[in-house]
Amino acid sequence: MDVLFIIFAVLTVVPALLMVVSRNPVNGAMFMIISFVGMAALFVLLEAFLLAILQVLVYAGAIMVLFLFIIMLLDMDEVEKIKPGTVTSIASGISLALIIVGVAVLLGSDGLAGQSVAHLAAAPDFPSADNPMGLALSAKAYGFGLFTKYMLPFQLTGVLLLVSMIGVIIISKKRETSQGQEQS
Amino acid sequence: MELTSILLKIVFAVLMIVVVMTMAGYSVLIERKVSSWVQGRVGPNRTAPFLVNYIPFIGPLLVRMGIFQPMADGLKFLFKEEITPGHVNKTYYFLAPILALVPALTTMVVIPFGQYTDPSTGASNPLMLAPLDIGILFIFAVSSLGVYGIVLAGWSSNNKYSFLGAIRSSAQMISYELSLGLSVFPLFLWLNAPGVEGGLGLNAVVDYQQNFWFIFVQPLSALLFLVAIFAETNRLPFDMAESETDLVGGFHTEYGCFKFGIFFVAEYAHIVIGSALFTLLFLGGWHFLPGLSDPWPAGWIGAVLSTIWFLVKTVILIVFFVLIRWTLPRFRYDQVMKLGWTILLPLAIGNLILNAIIIALIDSQ
Amino acid sequence: MAETKVIERKPLSLSERTYLPQIVSGLKTTISHMFKPSVTLQYPEERPPIPKGYRGVPTLVKDPNGREKCVSCQLCEFVCPPRAIRITPGEIPEGSESEHVEKGPEEFEINMLRCIYCGLCQEVCPEEAIFLQDVFSLSGYSREELVNKKDKLYELGGTLPDSHFKWDKKKAAEEAALAGGHH
Repeated sequence: MDVLFIIFAVLTVVPALLMVVSRNPVNGAMFMIISFVGMAALFVLLEAFLLAILQVLVYAGAIMVLFLFIIMLLDMDEVEKIKPGTVTSIASGISLALIIVGVAVLLGSDGLAGQSVAHLAAAPDFPSADNPMGLALSAKAYGFGLFTKYMLPFQLTGVLLLVSMIGVIIISKKRETSQGQEQS
Repeated sequence: MELTSILLKIVFAVLMIVVVMTMAGYSVLIERKVSSWVQGRVGPNRTAPFLVNYIPFIGPLLVRMGIFQPMADGLKFLFKEEITPGHVNKTYYFLAPILALVPALTTMVVIPFGQYTDPSTGASNPLMLAPLDIGILFIFAVSSLGVYGIVLAGWSSNNKYSFLGAIRSSAQMISYELSLGLSVFPLFLWLNAPGVEGGLGLNAVVDYQQNFWFIFVQPLSALLFLVAIFAETNRLPFDMAESETDLVGGFHTEYGCFKFGIFFVAEYAHIVIGSALFTLLFLGGWHFLPGLSDPWPAGWIGAVLSTIWFLVKTVILIVFFVLIRWTLPRFRYDQVMKLGWTILLPLAIGNLILNAIIIALIDSQ
Repeated sequence: MAETKVIERKPLSLSERTYLPQIVSGLKTTISHMFKPSVTLQYPEERPPIPKGYRGVPTLVKDPNGREKCVSCQLCEFVCPPRAIRITPGEIPEGSESEHVEKGPEEFEINMLRCIYCGLCQEVCPEEAIFLQDVFSLSGYSREELVNKKDKLYELGGTLPDSHFKWDKKKAAEEAALAGGHH
């Protein structure tokens, strides 16, 4: 199964990198979709079928379609001419270095190294409590966890999404009063 | 041992692809024949490979029914001159038909099509390639990837009609995917109601419909699902993607020969899969008739009979798809969006909440 | 002035707004049509009945004696709106049986790529020599093939079974006059 893992890991990481460096936004979006599907395959290898399918259904199937939708309405030639500014390049370089250092620290010290991911998933969230559903593989276990242990984060995420939605509506709405003032 | 099991799986998968592709080909024939009957015509009745006409009685009958027409259609697509317009984005232009066909064929992996009852133990197992616990979600996930074929085809063609078709159809598919999913969830609520161990697999739905069909218990769900399936497969009242009166050919305007053939097959494969899905979810799959126990005997004969019964229901639905095509005119685009967002979606959500309340009330007693 | 009556458009009832009864009644129509006999003709094997007065491909005819009726007066050539007809007039050689007719077409061409099947040539012909008959499917591999020459036109036209024998009567009358008849 290691062969499969390597194949899918490459399928996840390489398109992710290509997505960042590609000039053409449509290429970028397509690489991102491939990366999502590769990640879903990695979830399948972990036997987290529900998560894999939700990854494909929500990210690759719905969100990226909307991305592609908007990207295709852009003028490609104009977009491809845009060069990243100095500040952007420096900032992204620094963040890349930070991420590499962070992951190295996380894996290098006695943190996560040595433990299998499946083991981590099965572990209880609080050392004192025990995990009632075990390894959350089936859909029922997900639902149970979502409405009991993770009720508060789940609700908060929902509120966060609602806030961002309202924000989008406000931003995209025309400000009639200010326009009226400009005209007068 | 490992190798033989893998080989067996490949053989089964190839067999299934062959069956689905054949059914897609023959649903083209159904489309042509039923269309012509509705319009007072005869339809394809001439294609005859060598010597078939000399078989007494059966040969001419088969020719008159157009049984060999799909082969001629397929060969026509294969042998046409391969044309690539000069103004297209080559990579995505060639990628798009593949992306349209692959999801259509992948969804069939989790579709059960019959049952095999072991003669010695009496235990019955569904016949399917991958007995996945969350089959319905798998189908929704994979079929949602089918949009990319259409979107990329429209964009890479570099043609405004193609692009408009692609934009329309992708907006439509995203909108109706919501109602499609939500309309089915009440079924799975009942399937996983307290005291029932259902899961999200399609074979569980069929098992649950042993004595009644969901279409009689959940008619609203069935209606919403049917409408959404029509929209997802880009069938006629909703064929925004290729409304030939205003968009020439829609997203495949620039496609010809074999590449167009792939789009064509993918479209009909979607119809076949959609009909099969409706049969599984609402028409009791391979169960004989509501209220009657299955007459399928144990062993392989029963398995074949149940598969045939399932296919009969599917074919009836395909005919229904075609009949609707000649009954209803095309919606206007804003009507499609209005129907999807202001009527189907609230109805689906209301239906879901209503069923949840009913289950909660039953549970609390 | 006529009284105008404003008809109020009634709001749709609930069942009408769902469209479902309408769809069902539409389906009934569609399904009933499925079982009606088809109205198609299996064309190359079955041919449609050609009505009287049908204007098909223009042809030249001969009289029952086998004489070509055209006297190359060129009226049809002049009247033809798309100028599809070309006639090369010629003398009828002395000693031939129909010498008394004096003139006949040396070559008669109808360009079927130009012909519009209007039938004016048939109407204008004083000799009843050109007829639009019932041939309606004309095909060929080249442009030249679709220019009907004289022999093709006679082959298509056949014989017109009339019994005027106008020229023979005239000849007979002339001979009678020559033989010392009276005017």
